[in-house]
Amino acid sequence: MMTLLRERVACSLAERLDQAPHPVARSADAGCPGSRGAARAKMAVDGLDLWYGDYHALRDVSLEFPEHQVTALIGPSGCGKSTLLKSLNRMNDLVEGCRLEGTVSLDGHDAYRSVSVADLRRRVGMVFQQPNPFPMSIYDNVAFGPRTHGVRRRDELDEVVERSLRAAAIWDELKDRLKKNALGLSGGQQQRLCIARALAVRPEVLLMDESTSALDPLSTAKIEELVGELRRDYTVIMVTHNMLQALRVSDRTAFFLGGEVVEAGPTDGLFTSPVDPRTADYVAGRFG
Amino acid sequence: MGSRSRSAASHSSVAPLRRRASSLLLRGLAYAGAAVTVLTLGSLVVFVLVNGVPHLTPSLFSGEYTAQNVSLVPALAGSLLMAGAALLLAVPVGVGAAVYLVEYARRGSRFVAFVRVTAETLQGIPSIIYGLFGMLLFVSALGWGLSLASGACTLALMVLPVIMRTAEEALLAVPDAYRQGGFGLGAGRLRTVARCVLPSAAPGILAGVVLALGRCLGEVAALLFTAGTVAQIPDFGGSGALGLLDSCRTLAVHLYVLVGEGLHLDEAYATAVVLLALVAGLNALASAAAKKMRKGSAL
Amino acid sequence: MSRAVGVRALALREGAARALLAAAAAVSIVAVALVCLFLLVNSVPALAHIGLAEFLLGSEWRPANGLYGIFPMIVGTVYVTAGALAVGVPAGLLCAVFLSCFASRRAARLIMPGVELLAGIPSVVYGFFGLVVIVPLVRTHLGGQGLSVLAAAVLLGIMILPTVITVARTALDAVPSRYYEGALALGADHERSVFAVVVPAAASGLLTAVVLGLGRAMGETMAVIMVAGNQPVVPESLLGGVRTLTANIALEMGYAADLHREALVATGAVLFVLILLVTALIGALRKGRAA
Repeated sequence: MMTLLRERVACSLAERLDQAPHPVARSADAGCPGSRGAARAKMAVDGLDLWYGDYHALRDVSLEFPEHQVTALIGPSGCGKSTLLKSLNRMNDLVEGCRLEGTVSLDGHDAYRSVSVADLRRRVGMVFQQPNPFPMSIYDNVAFGPRTHGVRRRDELDEVVERSLRAAAIWDELKDRLKKNALGLSGGQQQRLCIARALAVRPEVLLMDESTSALDPLSTAKIEELVGELRRDYTVIMVTHNMLQALRVSDRTAFFLGGEVVEAGPTDGLFTSPVDPRTADYVAGRFG
Repeated sequence: MGSRSRSAASHSSVAPLRRRASSLLLRGLAYAGAAVTVLTLGSLVVFVLVNGVPHLTPSLFSGEYTAQNVSLVPALAGSLLMAGAALLLAVPVGVGAAVYLVEYARRGSRFVAFVRVTAETLQGIPSIIYGLFGMLLFVSALGWGLSLASGACTLALMVLPVIMRTAEEALLAVPDAYRQGGFGLGAGRLRTVARCVLPSAAPGILAGVVLALGRCLGEVAALLFTAGTVAQIPDFGGSGALGLLDSCRTLAVHLYVLVGEGLHLDEAYATAVVLLALVAGLNALASAAAKKMRKGSAL
Repeated sequence: MSRAVGVRALALREGAARALLAAAAAVSIVAVALVCLFLLVNSVPALAHIGLAEFLLGSEWRPANGLYGIFPMIVGTVYVTAGALAVGVPAGLLCAVFLSCFASRRAARLIMPGVELLAGIPSVVYGFFGLVVIVPLVRTHLGGQGLSVLAAAVLLGIMILPTVITVARTALDAVPSRYYEGALALGADHERSVFAVVVPAAASGLLTAVVLGLGRAMGETMAVIMVAGNQPVVPESLLGGVRTLTANIALEMGYAADLHREALVATGAVLFVLILLVTALIGALRKGRAA
């Protein structure tokens, strides 16, 4: 731990001497052990550049996401953290004029070339900022993914629905009204339903894009607690604009600014002793 | 729309075969639906053009109608007179109603709700019912007989809801800032509406009027028993305003009569070409107006 | 003094304008009331004379013999309308799905003006096309006179396409993209996301499109007259001739008098009631969607 920090300091010093604003984390981050012991990287991006038309949204981003850990991406709005998240499951494919260079890998395989987009999205689930349950029954919402991937048998679906709702800690609230329309649920319930829906396809990674920002504090607390539990079975990558949330929930944090990773590492370290002055400014609240 | 264009679909090469097949089937269905529509439209237009254009002879456009030349000039004139008269009646009323609904009425008042419901009802009424009603009211009860006046009044009622609805939408699209601008200068409501609101809603209103014009030109069922089928230009020269009480046929009625008689199919095709050309021209005009409206309100 | 007069004149003008505009708005109320009144007043004597049950359920329409049963025409309208929906709804809805979810922006820009043109083409032109193209096709390939339920259904199916396409496309475009994205994020491909999530989410709007098409098919007159054969009997097959309520009015109104004429007005009243039901259905759908 200490050696790592020292390495970083040295690195950042060297860069400042160079006057080149390179991301500090890049060199230091590779193979960096997380706070919960050595974990292999479940996903990784390497040298990722991304453009929306002429706009250069991500600049040479390299990050690893260790298995069974929660990684938080923080930074001011427009810094590229959501863009990075969306390139992990190729939701950026939907954006016209979006182009990227560099690699995104899942279990060491190129996520854009050696995995089909459908498979990638099944294995890398996503929960959006706005709860987006489909306008159909709670049951059909959760069963949508399994059905998409070929599960037809009723008893099998029943089992998946129950397991997923339990995993999202919402089974007890919803078990008596599975046939009701999901749009009748409260915002917090909708978001947990969306988490259950994502879990129903047995993903390996769960992406959360500011998934609590539209919710009240109580619902937020429930989801944060849930994320803490999910880390046992999944690798979680969350974008949040709320630094306290990152501090509460995540094992590792990456700080983005202007499309670059300024600093990344274990959450505690990043918040208590940031290496880069910009990180220090941000976590101290100077950027807002 | 852009967000759902199908960029994401094409990469899945490793997907299970069955899923691939059902997706291909669904995509095929969507393409087939579009193909059917486009082919139908295309064949209709091409068929009419191919059969009609060669018969657009000069005699078809001679001033006097005879059983030999079956000139469409009287019918064309009848169409323009009929549509013009109908719009002269319907546009002020329709736009006035829309102005009242948008600019004057209290939102959610019972009168407004009632006007909306009845306007929607009017919009749904088939043209043959308008024809029946026009015959009962204008032709019989008011004693105007089969005439330009009866036909125009009937058509005016028929297109009234079209004009009302489009004008209402155009007015609603005008930003409130324009109104506040008018009121801010101390203008009354009438002046504000006339000077600030109506001008910027004009293209949208125009698009609705053009739409209504198209319906007038194409209508037959509402005119058969109100305006009749006499192939002559109403005689305003000889009888002055009484020309309004002359029967006349529109181009669409003319086509119907020609087809029904079955003696002049070539001329019928040619007439259909003229009708199609009119409609296509009006459509182009309407979409140009609508485009202008969109640009105007975006500023 | 003069300023007070000015203010009063202004208030007067504003008041007059408001009254005039309100009167314009009231025109549609008056019009609906008048239509109802005229249809009612002119059909009640006939209905009283013929008997409502005999009129609606009688299977013979022979005005010369004093027989006024419009049952065949009611059945005819139902057949032709149902046939039109069977033809036009699948094609129209699928075309809307194509335009909203599959077409490139350029393809949509090319097709939409065509659909609008289709909407503007007068029904006589459609009828003419049906008479010279569809009717002979039916006659040579399927037999019979050609003037038939089938020909009318196909033609009306084409005629309701623009209505169905335009309304359905608007409904599909209004589906929030987060549903589509949510489905994609679960690993569904484009087709499944569209057909299993976006289309069901637009269901009530699509239903509105269908009902509007139904209203259009039910009320169409001239095109049907030109291709349906117009025999006032219940057709025994798809290839048999048929007469709709609308055709019944348009065919005979020109020479009808007295009871015959009133019976035709009553036919119109029946059609009017059917259309009112359709309009009410549309209103209910719209309200349901807003809630």
